[in-house]
Amino acid sequence: MSTQAAETSILRSIIVNAPADRAFQVFTENFGAFKPPEHNMLSVEIAETIFEPRTGGHLYDRGVDGSECRWARVLAYEPPDRVVFSWDISPRWQIETDLERTSEVEVRFVPDGPARTRVELEHRNLDRHGEGWEGTREGVGGAEGWPLYLERFALILTKD
Amino acid sequence: MPTLEVDPWAALGDPTRRAIFRKVVERPRAVGELAAELPVSRPAVSQHLRVLKVAQLVADEAAGNRRIYRAQSAGVRALRADLDEFWGKTLAAYKEVVEKPSKENR
Repeated sequence: MSTQAAETSILRSIIVNAPADRAFQVFTENFGAFKPPEHNMLSVEIAETIFEPRTGGHLYDRGVDGSECRWARVLAYEPPDRVVFSWDISPRWQIETDLERTSEVEVRFVPDGPARTRVELEHRNLDRHGEGWEGTREGVGGAEGWPLYLERFALILTKD
Repeated sequence: MPTLEVDPWAALGDPTRRAIFRKVVERPRAVGELAAELPVSRPAVSQHLRVLKVAQLVADEAAGNRRIYRAQSAGVRALRADLDEFWGKTLAAYKEVVEKPSKENR
C-alpha cells in the first residue's frame, strides 16, 4: 500500500487479488464489513452500513435501534470502473449539514491482469472543510479552532 | 508533503514539551520568554522546540535577532492525518475481505 498526497488531498492505492468487477462489488456492497468501527456517529452500535448502488443514493449507517446516519451522497456510480461519493463529515467527526463544507472521495478500480486490481482512492478538496476556522487567531485557543488537535491534546493534558 | 519524522502525539508525550507547547498556543513567544516563564534552561527549551517543529506542531520566524515560535495552524494538516489513517485502515481491511474465498464469487 502506498501513500502520496498533495496538500489538500489524500491518495492511497492498494493491489487486491481479485478481478475489478469483484473488487468494485465488494467495496460497495460490503463497505460496512471493513469500515473502521470506531468512527460511529450514531449513539448506538451500527447494525449495518448501506451503500445505495446508484448516483444520487446515500451511504448510511443504521443503528441497532433503527436510527440512521447518512454521511455520504453517491456522486457517481460506474461499475466496475469507479465510484465517487461525498464526505459529509466534519473534522470533528460529526455530520456536516453545510454541503459547501464537504469533500469527496473517488475510488477507481484499475485492472492489473485478469485476477488483480489496483484500487486507487483519492479523498480530495479537504480544504473545503477548513474554510472559516483554519488559521483564525481567535479560534486557536478554542475547540472550534483546533478541531482535531485540541480534542486529542485535551485528552493528553487531562493525564497530567 | 514529506512523512513526519516525529509523531505529534509522541512529541507531546513529554511534560516539559507539553508545557512549552501550551505557552506557544496561548500566543507566539521567543525562546528567551519561554525559558523565563518555565523552570527550564534556554538550551533545553531550544531542544524541545526543535522536536515540536519537526512534529509540525510549531513554526518559527525571525523577528530581528530573535526567533518567534507560534503554534502551527492545525487545519487541513490535522484533517489529512486523521483521514489518511482512516483510509489506511479501511483499505487494509477491505483487501482482507475482497480476497477471502467465497463460494458465490469463485
